Amino acid sequence: METVYEAVKINEYIYWVGAIDWNARDFHGYSTNRGTTYNAFLVLADKITLIDTVKEPFRNEMLSRISSIIDPGEISYIISNHSEMDHSGCLPEIIDLVKPEKVYASRMGVKTLSGHFHTIEDLIAVKDGDSISLGNMDVNFIETKMLHWPDSMFSYLPADKLLFSNDAFGMHLASNERYADEIDDYILKYEGEKYFSNILLPYSSLVLKLLDKVKSIGLEIDMILPDHGPIWRTKEDIDKIFNYYTFWAEQKPTKKAVILFDTMWGSTEKMAHVISEGLINNNIEVHLLPMKTTHRSDAVKEILACGALIVGSSTLNNNMLPAMADVMTYIKGLRPQNLIGASFGSYGWSGEAVGQVENMLKDMGVDVVDESIKAQYVPNVDDLARCFNLGKTIAEKLNSM
Amino acid sequence: MKKYKCDLCGYVYDPAAGDPDNGVAPGTAFESLPDDWVCPLCGAEKDDFSPA
Repeated sequence: METVYEAVKINEYIYWVGAIDWNARDFHGYSTNRGTTYNAFLVLADKITLIDTVKEPFRNEMLSRISSIIDPGEISYIISNHSEMDHSGCLPEIIDLVKPEKVYASRMGVKTLSGHFHTIEDLIAVKDGDSISLGNMDVNFIETKMLHWPDSMFSYLPADKLLFSNDAFGMHLASNERYADEIDDYILKYEGEKYFSNILLPYSSLVLKLLDKVKSIGLEIDMILPDHGPIWRTKEDIDKIFNYYTFWAEQKPTKKAVILFDTMWGSTEKMAHVISEGLINNNIEVHLLPMKTTHRSDAVKEILACGALIVGSSTLNNNMLPAMADVMTYIKGLRPQNLIGASFGSYGWSGEAVGQVENMLKDMGVDVVDESIKAQYVPNVDDLARCFNLGKTIAEKLNSM
Repeated sequence: MKKYKCDLCGYVYDPAAGDPDNGVAPGTAFESLPDDWVCPLCGAEKDDFSPA
C-alpha cells in the first residue's frame, strides 16, 4: 500500500490521521465550495486508540497516515463519536484489518452503525458520563443526542483537556493548515456560519443546553478537535467559536432582511427589488437572493442571523416555482426561529403561489406581518408602491425590536 | 391520558398506541413508562419529553 501521506503531530501522543477532500462540492444538498476534511485522530496511549474513521473512498489516505507512525495492527481501541458515513464509512474495513480489542459507540451509535453496516458486531455501548481507561490516560464520554444525530457524542481526554467534538464546532473547509489560528478569520466565520445554519440550526436549543452544561460542570477545554475543518487550539479561538455558537443558537432577530425569490418574466424580480429599496431606505441591511442562481445552502446561511424573511414566487401551473418549493422545504426542515416575514409575487390568472408561500411561512412559525402582495402580469405604479411600503413596514418592525 | 412530545426529535408518545416494539402496551400512560424508557426514534430520555 502507498504510504505517501503523513500523520500530523498534534502533541506528544495525539496525531491527526484524517483525509482532505479537495473535490467535495455537494454534501447531501449542501454546497461545499471549499471542499472538506474528514478528521480522524490517533491516541498513542498504552492502548492505542483511533477516534473516528473517514469516508470510505479515503480509507487508504487514512491508513497511509496511520502507517507513517505505527503499524495499524497495533490499534487496540476504536471510538466512533458519530455514525454518519463521512466518519464511519470505512469503519468495518478498518475493524477487519486491525482487529481491535474493543470498538466503542453511544447506545444509539451501536444501533445506527448496525443499521448501516449489517455485519458489524460486538460494539460496546457507552453512555453520558462513562469513562474508559487507555492505561495511562482516560477518555470520558459526553452524549450529545441530536447534535446532530441520535448517536452523536463527544470524547474528552482530561489529561490534556482535549475535546473531540465530531461535527460540533466543525466546518467544511479543505486545507493543509490544521489549526484555526492559521486560517483567515473571514473564512472561519463564513464556513462556520454556513455549517451551523445548514446542520445544527434545528437543534439550537440543544446547542444552548450543551454550552450551559459545559459551563456548569466546569469542563476545562484547551483544544477542540472537530471531525471537519480546523482544530481550535488557542484560548482566544475556543472563546470565539463558543461565542459564535451562542449567538447563532440564540437566534435573536437582527436588523437584516433576506429576500428570496424566483421569477419567470422579471415581474416578481422587480417587486423583490422595490421591497429591497423600501428596506434599505429605512436602514435595514438586505440580502436579495435570486433562487435561480443561489444555492439553497447559501440562502440558509444568510437567514442565520437575520430578522426578516420575505419570499416571492410567480405561479406556474397553479403552484409556486420549483426553485422556491426546493428552498422553502429546505428552510422548513431547519426550523429558523424568531423571524417576521411576508410573501409576494406576480401572476397571470390563478395566482396560488403567493398564498402557498405565505402558508409555508406561517407553518414555519414566521410571524407574517403584512398582507401578501400580488400583482397581475407586470406590476404597475400602485403595485410597486405597495412593495416599497412592505419594505418600510418590515423595516419599522425590525427597528422597533 | 396526555400525549408527550420528544424535545429532541419531535416524536409524539401517544398513550393510546403505547410503544409495542419496545414492550409498552397500548393504554400505558406516559407517567407509567419505566424510568429507563427512551424515545424510540432518537434515544432521548423521559426527562426530555414535554406534554404535547
